[in-house]
Amino acid sequence: MITLSHFIVLGAILFCIAVAGLFINRKNVIVLLMAIELMLLAVNINFVAFSRFGHDVAGQVFVFFILTVAAAESAIGLAILVLLFRNRSTVNVAEIDSMKG
Amino acid sequence: MPTLNDVLVLLPEFYLVAAACLLLLADAFMKPAQRGALHWIAIVVLLVATYMVVAGQPDATVTAFGDMFVRDRTSEILKVFALLCTVLVFIYARPYLLDRKQFVGEFYTLMIFAVLGVMLLVSAGNLVMVYLGLELLTLSSYALVALNRDSPLSSEAAIKYFVLGALSSGMLLYGMSMVYGATGTLGLAQLHATATHGAMPHLLVFGLIFMLVGIAFKLGAAPFHMWIPDVYQGASTPVTTFIASASKLAAFGMAWRLLETGLGDLSPYWQPMLAVLAVLSMAIGNLVAIVQTNLKRMLAYSTISHMGYLLLGLVNAGPEGYAAAMFYAISYALMSTVAFGVIMALARAGFECEEIADLKGLNQRSPWFAAMMALAMFSLAGVPPLFGFYAKYLVLQAAIDAHMLWLALAGAVFAIVGLYYYLHVVKVMYFDKPVEGGADRSTPDMPMRVVLSLNGLALLVLGVYWGPLLGWCRHSFGIG
Repeated sequence: MITLSHFIVLGAILFCIAVAGLFINRKNVIVLLMAIELMLLAVNINFVAFSRFGHDVAGQVFVFFILTVAAAESAIGLAILVLLFRNRSTVNVAEIDSMKG
Repeated sequence: MPTLNDVLVLLPEFYLVAAACLLLLADAFMKPAQRGALHWIAIVVLLVATYMVVAGQPDATVTAFGDMFVRDRTSEILKVFALLCTVLVFIYARPYLLDRKQFVGEFYTLMIFAVLGVMLLVSAGNLVMVYLGLELLTLSSYALVALNRDSPLSSEAAIKYFVLGALSSGMLLYGMSMVYGATGTLGLAQLHATATHGAMPHLLVFGLIFMLVGIAFKLGAAPFHMWIPDVYQGASTPVTTFIASASKLAAFGMAWRLLETGLGDLSPYWQPMLAVLAVLSMAIGNLVAIVQTNLKRMLAYSTISHMGYLLLGLVNAGPEGYAAAMFYAISYALMSTVAFGVIMALARAGFECEEIADLKGLNQRSPWFAAMMALAMFSLAGVPPLFGFYAKYLVLQAAIDAHMLWLALAGAVFAIVGLYYYLHVVKVMYFDKPVEGGADRSTPDMPMRVVLSLNGLALLVLGVYWGPLLGWCRHSFGIG
């Protein structure tokens, strides 16, 4: 029997993978974008699970909005990435460090 | 079902959506020679929106679209000041953008969408609306930071802002999902009612912590401040000004909505957490600002410290504290527009006036704007009788009223530390010899000179005559 806590644990694991991906990754900015998507999907799992087990449809409506915003967000993220590559010819996270202090 | 009445409550917001879309279309169809008109159209659009907000001000709290949207006095005041700050940014930005061939319609459209995000965020009555308003503001801001397409610094700032901003939105959402799971509702008012009955307290507090991280990120409070210096430095100065003024009003509005309207009964949990954030922000902001040589970066660390002071008001968790925090947010927005406005006024084609050393001997070359900058610096430092002093006094008072004397003492000590780097700028302007290649002439653009002067003098006037503004702030929280 799959219970609410299974879903919450799954959401938490995915969220942790995403946050770890953001902080550990030193190679490629595109991986950061993937981690951000994963983080939002983990949240979506939480919302759908709470909504399903709490018998309240509002959470699922929220998920639609999150999905839509996530699409807009990755569009802007990729556009910025293209700019970055054009200006600096690299998408390596470790090399994006011209501002410090 | 939504009725016409619902639409009327949101009239300023609907009007801004329509205006922003029309502005984008107009930009596409205008000949390059006519494009200068966009600037004036955009300013008129915002002023009309300000008028609509003021004129349509309800006597009591009004909600629309099934409590999704709340129109009350607090949100009205924040909206008016956010709109006015954006008007100031537009006026200051024109010569700057023209000099750099960055005068494009997207700037105006994105700014209007960003300020629309501010308006929706401060009026949100539901977690969905908080998220959507916030994303409208931040997504527009990402694009605005990246608008300077050929600058490597600007695209680096944009990607950093994007990644950290998305991370903070994710944290906020994760917290919201936990709060939703604990209470079974997304409406802030219902949340308040449910949270009182202690439904699943552990889950609720777990969610609260994640939401606080998201709020701290958006405010720029330490230790979640990493994006602020890079974004301030990398973005073009008009965009920096917007992020330092209207965005901060929005961040205060969001913090108040989520913490007080939504989770007000959990204040015993969030008060100590905010106190820690406040001390860290005041310490890190004021100490790291001392070693900065870049003026915009120094002002970025100054923002971090000011967000710490703003949190002192929120820590109070009572109407007096919220009024003090709102007064502080408004005063900070007006002070930062002056400081960044002077930077824009002194910048010229090929010269950004970003380094503190660029201001050397400014008093001999442009005494009036040196005076304006000095006013902004003294006000930011909290020197009486300027605007910033009374704002600081109020938040320190709020912290003492909340029985957190140590917090108020820390605030006072770090204010003295902060005095050093603000006065350093004044010293450089008045007592150093002018250098070649530094700031010499200020912009000849008349509207900007006049408005910037008025903005600077407002710091002096409001520092003495703060009564009405404080009265509005207090009244909006139901006191006085």
